[in-house]
Amino acid sequence: MSQAKPQLKFEDGWDYAPAPESTPVPLKSKYELFINGKFVAPKNGRYFRSVNPATGKQLARIAKAETVDVNAAVRSARRAYEKIWGPMPGSERGKYLFRIARIIQEKARELAILESMDGGKPIKESRDVDLPLAAAHFFYYAGWADKLDYAFPGKSPDPVGVAGQVIPWNFPLLMAAWKIAPALACGNTVVLKPAETTSVTAIHLAEIFDEAGLPPGVVNIVTGAGEIGAAVVGHPDVDKVAFTGSTEVGKRIAAAAVGTRKKLTLELGGKAANIVFEDAPMEQAVEGVINGIYFNQGHVCCAGSRLLLQESIHDDFVERLERRIETLRVGDPLDKNTDIGAINSKQQLGRITKLIGAGIDEGAQLHTSSADLPDEGFWCRPSFFTGVSASHRIAREEIFGPVLSVMTFRTPAEAVARANDTCYGLSAGIWTDKGSRIFKMANQIKAGVIWGNTFNKFDPTSPFGGFKESGFGREGGVQGLLPYVRL
Amino acid sequence: MPFALKFPVPRVDQVGVEERSVKFTKRSIKNDAKSEGLKMAVSMMDLTTLEGADSKGKVTHLCRKARQPMQAKYHCPPCAAVCVYPNQVPHAVKELEGSGIPVASVATGFPSGQYPLKLRLADVKDAVNSGASEIDMVISRGTFLEGGLAEVFDEIAAVKEACGKAHLKVIFETGELQTYDNVRLVSQLSIEAGADFIKTSTGKVSPAATLPVTLVMVETVRDHYLATGRKIGVKPAGGIRTAKQALQYLVMVKETVGNDWLTPELFRFGASSLLGDVELQLAKFVDGNYQSADYFSNG
Repeated sequence: MSQAKPQLKFEDGWDYAPAPESTPVPLKSKYELFINGKFVAPKNGRYFRSVNPATGKQLARIAKAETVDVNAAVRSARRAYEKIWGPMPGSERGKYLFRIARIIQEKARELAILESMDGGKPIKESRDVDLPLAAAHFFYYAGWADKLDYAFPGKSPDPVGVAGQVIPWNFPLLMAAWKIAPALACGNTVVLKPAETTSVTAIHLAEIFDEAGLPPGVVNIVTGAGEIGAAVVGHPDVDKVAFTGSTEVGKRIAAAAVGTRKKLTLELGGKAANIVFEDAPMEQAVEGVINGIYFNQGHVCCAGSRLLLQESIHDDFVERLERRIETLRVGDPLDKNTDIGAINSKQQLGRITKLIGAGIDEGAQLHTSSADLPDEGFWCRPSFFTGVSASHRIAREEIFGPVLSVMTFRTPAEAVARANDTCYGLSAGIWTDKGSRIFKMANQIKAGVIWGNTFNKFDPTSPFGGFKESGFGREGGVQGLLPYVRL
Repeated sequence: MPFALKFPVPRVDQVGVEERSVKFTKRSIKNDAKSEGLKMAVSMMDLTTLEGADSKGKVTHLCRKARQPMQAKYHCPPCAAVCVYPNQVPHAVKELEGSGIPVASVATGFPSGQYPLKLRLADVKDAVNSGASEIDMVISRGTFLEGGLAEVFDEIAAVKEACGKAHLKVIFETGELQTYDNVRLVSQLSIEAGADFIKTSTGKVSPAATLPVTLVMVETVRDHYLATGRKIGVKPAGGIRTAKQALQYLVMVKETVGNDWLTPELFRFGASSLLGDVELQLAKFVDGNYQSADYFSNG
């Protein structure tokens, strides 16, 4: 019987009408620096363009800080630390943080829209993940502010001083919350440098600090490119450096911090293994793998970018993935039905494209969805490679895009060995119906976060951070207080 | 497991399947997509009355409603079927004559199924002889939960034989089976035993249909189709009361098994109160504003 193989049809027929989020948001044409409680123009009067990656067009102009502005920000943070925030009782600091958390919740909708316009991520993610988590982090650390003595029994935790914090473009507002909330809860003051391509929501967060009555100088925000980040973390009057971003930049920061008094935490890249055994709950594993790699267009440091499949299920699982990526809706980040938004920047799209090219050149097979892409802006179809071997570049380098590398294993020991065969160690996922196997393997995999039968779950009470070149120090949970106190 | 099925039955993770279901409810269905979807939902509706108090008069009302749910200006299609107890089948057949709308009958000692097999088979044959072209049977949940998979399989096969040309819908009463693993297993078992449709619930037990339970069933149907080319239908029944819920089910079907299943041949809603809410929504598209429920007839 020569019958055509049954196929599912996802095209034609009933489809969703466009459902764009309306945009009555207070987007400004020009964003200033936030220093000493005031929105001020940069001393040199220069601005740079922030682009909406879904259109490639200018969204706003952002102040381009220089060293003189960074100096002013650090001076203001130092003053606020010594005169106001450091000496303030924890119970009072907590009140400000609770207030900030509540205002974030009140403005969640407009912030989510701004986040999607500025960064390209789908509105359903900024609405359902970034914003609720950002508020939750402020709520969580607000609760610690007056209980630090209980976090470190028998010790008396003191603040560190001025924290210089540099954050990435993948979760702009959420990363700001991760950094600022524990710092403030412990009595430190902050100079924050958002990523060049995603500064808008950080300045809106500054407006919220202002609205919450946060004393001037407790948080200062300077915007600009990498060299301004270097100026912040390299400033001699900064006591604590926290960086989230690429391993390459992280190494430079670590080198610069050597021989100084600065405390340092780094949250860097990853190349997480998502390990699926043949007894896994199959449908849910497919969903977990999809969520693991395509969430936020793969711009996630803990993305499950290496899929390790038990050999016996390889072909079936690959077919399931092929079908599933056809139902991912790629397009306008502001459409409520969009699953995959725009790639954050032209530069990042270039890196992703280059690595996809490397995968093809090295002989891996590319599978990609047939989604239509918009004409303008920066886009990449959800894709995965099969036939990947451990030495391929796409198996070793962080792609930071919607591209998955599929490999196989035969035994649990081989799965562990393959999972650990990387310079990174941020996260991992294990999919099996056998609970005991999850616990055993979790002890053997060198990664800071390991998910069992799920992926990409975040909670402010849970510490997050890396092994090996994924960095050190933890954010979230009681562990997240440690980098911001002297015991 | 002493009973070997032909195709594998993968495990189901409760947290994961419920999380996936929530994602379908986040789809935003507006404008044309909404009106088209709601009309499709009406065309998939098994308009149902399963009360001890059912009378010819009640069945007449229901059949008229199924023929033309709304005034002509709303362009609402007729329902998929009318579902009644066996005693009401002859009357329903008469009322629906010429409409092309089939009569579905519950049978096999609905809703409990706790009767001897020969009586249940007689129940089926009787309903078919009275003119029912679709039979909604209930499985023996007690036997299934005891591990009597072979018995349940044989019962379904026997009922299928008794159905003759009538379509067989197998009701699991998922609220009594409780786990998603059970739902996946009984779905595969019923399909292999000859079910044309698999159906969640009788409507007499709470919880009745839920989105995650129906998702597990649709996934089973999809995997079976991909393995064999045979298309099985799915019918969530009970607990679907709002137009919004109905659209969420359609979204789930579309994104799980594709557009081929968006047809009354392969997807049905078993509902008694859903139609009312759908009518309100459909009327709004034509009239421009929401009307009082008083303007729409009951079934």
